[in-house]
Amino acid sequence: MSATPAPAHQRATAESPVARIVLIGVALAFLGLFLLLPLIAVFAEGLQRGIGPFLDAIVEPDALSAIRLTLTVAAISVPLNIVFGIAAAWAITKFDFPGKGLLITLIDLPFSVSPVVAGLMYILLFGSSGWFASVLADQDMQIVFAVPGIVLATIFVTFPFVARELIPLMQEQGRDDEEAALSLGASGWQTFWHVTLPNIRWGLLYGVLLCNARAMGEFGAVSVVSGHIRGETNTMPLHVEILYNEYNFVAAFAVASLLAGLALVTLVLKSVLEWRFDYHRGGTGH
Amino acid sequence: MKRTKISAALATSALLALAACSGGGKTKGEVDLLNVSYDPTRELYRAIDPGFATEWKAKTGETVNIKMSHGGSGKQSRAVIDGLEADVVTLALAYDIDTIAAKTKKLPADWQARLPDNSAPYYSTIVFLVRKGNPKNIHDWNDLIRPGVQVITPNPKTSGGARWNYLAAWGYGRKTGSSDAAARDYVTKLYNNVPVLDSGARGATTTFVERGIGDVLIAWENEAMLAQQEMGKGQFQIVAPSVSVLAEPPVAVVDGNAKKHGTQAVAKAYLDYLYTPAAQELIAKAHYRPRNAAVAAKYAATFPQIKLLTIDGDFGGWAKAQAQHFADGAIFDTIFAQRRR
Repeated sequence: MSATPAPAHQRATAESPVARIVLIGVALAFLGLFLLLPLIAVFAEGLQRGIGPFLDAIVEPDALSAIRLTLTVAAISVPLNIVFGIAAAWAITKFDFPGKGLLITLIDLPFSVSPVVAGLMYILLFGSSGWFASVLADQDMQIVFAVPGIVLATIFVTFPFVARELIPLMQEQGRDDEEAALSLGASGWQTFWHVTLPNIRWGLLYGVLLCNARAMGEFGAVSVVSGHIRGETNTMPLHVEILYNEYNFVAAFAVASLLAGLALVTLVLKSVLEWRFDYHRGGTGH
Repeated sequence: MKRTKISAALATSALLALAACSGGGKTKGEVDLLNVSYDPTRELYRAIDPGFATEWKAKTGETVNIKMSHGGSGKQSRAVIDGLEADVVTLALAYDIDTIAAKTKKLPADWQARLPDNSAPYYSTIVFLVRKGNPKNIHDWNDLIRPGVQVITPNPKTSGGARWNYLAAWGYGRKTGSSDAAARDYVTKLYNNVPVLDSGARGATTTFVERGIGDVLIAWENEAMLAQQEMGKGQFQIVAPSVSVLAEPPVAVVDGNAKKHGTQAVAKAYLDYLYTPAAQELIAKAHYRPRNAAVAAKYAATFPQIKLLTIDGDFGGWAKAQAQHFADGAIFDTIFAQRRR
């Protein structure tokens, strides 16, 4: 690098402008073709007969019940996985103990196991010929083909998101901050609340968003344990499939748009939060 | 401590949310009835259910909420065996209900004798759906094995409709060649012309109609008529083959589950209702062939006359047909393994 004063737009690389334009163009075209266009197509299909049928499809009782169920499932599984994810990442990165490697491998298990297999595992455990069948029958409890089974399957597939996001971050940050806090007399809980949590909040937020998106969008595992009862055990993704198979394309894409919309809202929320926090951080000079 | 408070709050909110959506708070004078059905009956039961609910309310004062679940017949049967608590099952073929009876003992082995017409309040058959103007000139089964004709039919291992398709083809092959060897030869050639096997009847229809794959769809008559109606008249036409099968999709109360839910009376009344003239009329309108003579006469022009083989008369019943053709390592598996080579 030369020692001349840097211009406003400093060039980080030595590529010619043509190469840069081509690279940027390829990236944008790729994004447009594979991300933006399909997304627009979903909204366009949903709105092809105007806003009326679009709204009708969403306020229809079965659709409302699917929306409610999807939000409920996310509301249960995301907090549980936050607690688990922080606990696991904390244990793995701040302490040494035998079996650590095994724990890390187990956390990755849901990523490598096909969602269909995940669903079938719960059928094998809680189905009426499953391992716990007699216990469940005695208690008159229904796990699979009911809401609890859907929640369990969702927790399973969204298990790694928070932990996987936090582990590398916390590993990189090391234990110095925590050790300093402890040596200054902070309790374990104070250390976590005032030292660790502020350090990991962006990683945590990102993990939560990924976890939430997957919890709302999961199809395979949920499909196996759902039983597909309309108005009762259909989540939004399952409801989209049902409508599509009934030649009800406007309604199918209307609900799909809503699902995509929820994902977009979480993304916007993330950006807003990031912007707000950055602003405050700049102010306090932390 | 703060920690215990937070975890307690989390656990409570989780439990509350769970309680809010499960159970659903059934009030007195209300009853839920779960009908686990196969793929193409969505439109049929959507038409029939409100009529029954009105009649039941008038008769007993009780409000019945009929819940529907749809999917491939074999898959649905599996789900009921695994614990999906159906009060009634309305599946594509008797064998799938036989399996439930055998594995769960929740209904007697002779369930099919409890209602008229082999417990099938409607029947259908297997026909061909071809593209506008019939460009490949398809008129009967022998046209399907011509080179260059692509045939769409679902997988008989998972789809009830596909098993009826297969047996109709077998019946044709045996009739023309008058031997099982000839039938096998015909069916082998037929599956050589199948580019993709979907898992259910509705999936196969979507492949043919929406994705535009294939020259001919072998389908339930009701499914073919519905596709023709939904996708715009004139885009597709139905071809009735010289011979097909009498496809009887039977219905049954799953006594074990109904007893548990206290829904025996309403479940039985629901199935009886399917035989009433009002329901038979809706059945005919949904493109299924009605059993009621008067309704059948009224809609006679809609349904072409086809020579229909029967599962009991021509194939020795479902248990035998299943073992011979569709069990693991049986004829369909052999044919399909050869096809791939």
